[in-house]
Amino acid sequence: MAAGLFAVTLAQAADVSGAKSKGIGPTVKIHRGEQCVEPTEDMRRNHMKYILHQRDKTMHQGIRTAKHSFKNCVDCHADPKTNSVQGQDGFCSSCHEYASVKIDCFSCHTDKRDKNAVAVAPFKGTAAKGAPP
Amino acid sequence: MSLNRREFIGIGGAAVAGMALAPGLRLIDLAQARSPDETVTSLKRWGLLIDIDKCQDCNVCVTACHEENGVVGHGRPATDPQWIRKVTIKDKQTGYVQTLPLMCQHCESPPCVDVCPTGASFKRADGIVLVDKHICIGCRYCMMACPYKARSFVHEDTTDQKPHAPRGKGTVESCTLCVHRVDAGKIPACVEACTQDGNQAMVFGDLKDRNSDVSKNLASGLSVQLRPDLNLNTGVRYRGI
Amino acid sequence: MAQAHFDTIEGRGPGFYLLLAILGAFIVAGVLAALYMEHNGHWVTGMSNQIVWGTPHVFAVFLIVAASGALNVASIASVFGRQLYKPLTRLSGLLSITLLAGGLIVLVLDLGRPDRLIEAMTYYNFKSIFALNIILYVGFFAVVAVYLWMMMERRMNDYTKPVGMFAFIWRLTLTTGTGSIFGFLVARDAYDTAVLAPMFIIMSFSYGLAIFMVVLMAAMRWTGRELGDAVFGRLRNLLGVFVAAVLYFVVVHHLTNLYITQRHGIEGFILLHGGQFTQMFWIGQIILGSVIPLVILFSRLGKSRAMVMLASLLVTMGGVAQMYVTIIGGQAYPMPLVPGKEASSSFFDGVVASYAPSLPEIGLGLGGIALALAMTVVALKVLPFLPKSLSDADADPHFKAEPAKSEPAAA
Repeated sequence: MAAGLFAVTLAQAADVSGAKSKGIGPTVKIHRGEQCVEPTEDMRRNHMKYILHQRDKTMHQGIRTAKHSFKNCVDCHADPKTNSVQGQDGFCSSCHEYASVKIDCFSCHTDKRDKNAVAVAPFKGTAAKGAPP
Repeated sequence: MSLNRREFIGIGGAAVAGMALAPGLRLIDLAQARSPDETVTSLKRWGLLIDIDKCQDCNVCVTACHEENGVVGHGRPATDPQWIRKVTIKDKQTGYVQTLPLMCQHCESPPCVDVCPTGASFKRADGIVLVDKHICIGCRYCMMACPYKARSFVHEDTTDQKPHAPRGKGTVESCTLCVHRVDAGKIPACVEACTQDGNQAMVFGDLKDRNSDVSKNLASGLSVQLRPDLNLNTGVRYRGI
Repeated sequence: MAQAHFDTIEGRGPGFYLLLAILGAFIVAGVLAALYMEHNGHWVTGMSNQIVWGTPHVFAVFLIVAASGALNVASIASVFGRQLYKPLTRLSGLLSITLLAGGLIVLVLDLGRPDRLIEAMTYYNFKSIFALNIILYVGFFAVVAVYLWMMMERRMNDYTKPVGMFAFIWRLTLTTGTGSIFGFLVARDAYDTAVLAPMFIIMSFSYGLAIFMVVLMAAMRWTGRELGDAVFGRLRNLLGVFVAAVLYFVVVHHLTNLYITQRHGIEGFILLHGGQFTQMFWIGQIILGSVIPLVILFSRLGKSRAMVMLASLLVTMGGVAQMYVTIIGGQAYPMPLVPGKEASSSFFDGVVASYAPSLPEIGLGLGGIALALAMTVVALKVLPFLPKSLSDADADPHFKAEPAKSEPAAA
């Protein structure tokens, strides 16, 4: 069993380097900015920890910095066509549907981009139809 | 160049005067919005004073609150949430009628916080009583315990929540004193609406700051808590009951 | 007195499977009700922002209270050393576990977020009596499981007494906690009293023993095992004492409230003009649940097995009625926002809240009872919980054989 655990750990470590290699994996679309608030690999492994830790800080200590704000994540990552991070091409759903990991966030939080959002990266696409104002 | 005695005393006096003034400058800083990366402290305690003689039939506070926080009804009055409501009180002996807005009283010793099994119902350091919906299991014990029936249970799926006010089925919710606005240095939506469109019955501010409007107002006249015999030291006080 | 012998039930006849099928149907209905409530949200039930705890809680609290009391019979044997109750200890332990399981499942499935059960078991606010109760309930399973092991494995029999004492104290704490869930609430006139904790204890004795007697009599009858008059009579008298004690607490509670002018509103509501609650109180709780059973148990009617079975069932129903009046009636009565003034609003301030049990709620509650009974039935088949015989010869420690009719004449 120890050997099995060791093998699994090795596989996970190897996974860090290139999740999209060999064409396996979800199709994730990024619409804004060149880079997330944390490095991509870090986010892939640890976004859960950031979200869980930040929510306690926000709720109990009133800390509302933009960097790890959940609302900010949604505002930046929302698909400009649907204005949402869920749905068929939604940023969150694309990975979570693929990995079949159910998330609870959107039973309470809105999955839609705030129309009055500030502190987000500029939109990469052109201001064509379907793009947000 | 060396200082002579007169210059030294002059500079020393200026330095002392500067040190005396500096705390005053800091105090002015504190009165403005806390920066987003600072933890809340108990140096402040947020509170409301409502003068119900001015209320009359107006209910802009109710509309504003529900609009601000995305609280929608479904045409089912028994189960629809209400974060704030106008209550009409009539004296049983004399028949005198008054109205008052009733929301979470943000008690200093909240019964809802005592009874919550998971600690989801909690009091923030600055006195605002909130529900942490990440850990709320929807047992409704806090609703049994609240002496003001301030809390509502979300009885159905929610959609199109306001980004600053998450709310979801199966959890309990109540007035947050517009914590998202207060943290940004603004005042609750109900108070703003009352001031702009209503009868200017509400004053919001820091109860621990003797120079705030709310404290000066409270100190200058009568005010009561609702159900004062319960000794909960509410953050919301009423004048005119 | 002969050693108590236990045996599994045969559990093969059509009656057995029919019983399981009926209970199974109720369990399925309960599961469907829970899914329906969880999927649509609680607006499909009769519960509201005014009546936040409804029929599921009535059944759940009833089952939890009865579970604690069902262990009483075992405690009387282990802790107080009464030999007559010794053959009954295993069934008592089993029933306490199954009733608690049934009650807790109903409670959990009624939560707004039952998927967060793990959070309920890992995040604790220790000032909350509810949180302490969760620890007590979960611990109760472990404590009674160990207790049963002490009873059922011969090598461990010597430890039955200390473990039994521990279980006895544990469940007194548990039931005190359950009563305090309501007793600690300052907000409502129907609660906010220390008397609810001991009242729940004595209610547990009454309901627990009533359910125990129903299950015992049915089980012995349906498996053709004898239940002698000694055991029967003792249990009957004990139930009568407990029912009277509950009535005493109810009287004291209401009498005290009647002395408190501030509480006249809630008293008038429950006792006189509460509509469904007044009827439930007088007819359900007092007449059917207390007075008629007392008459049966302490009169010549008590000699009949059928009448005592009826009394036990009435006590059980009276218990559900008492929970209904306490839990729902206590919420229906409006809270005094500003004493001396009548309140009214869009949020039903100042008015009696209306409530009618809805089908999903009743389905869930009955499903819990059915689950508890089904678990008991299956357990009786799997392990030897039921005594082989409770005839006077076997069970009565003071049994003397009938003397021979003719004696040799003295020379």
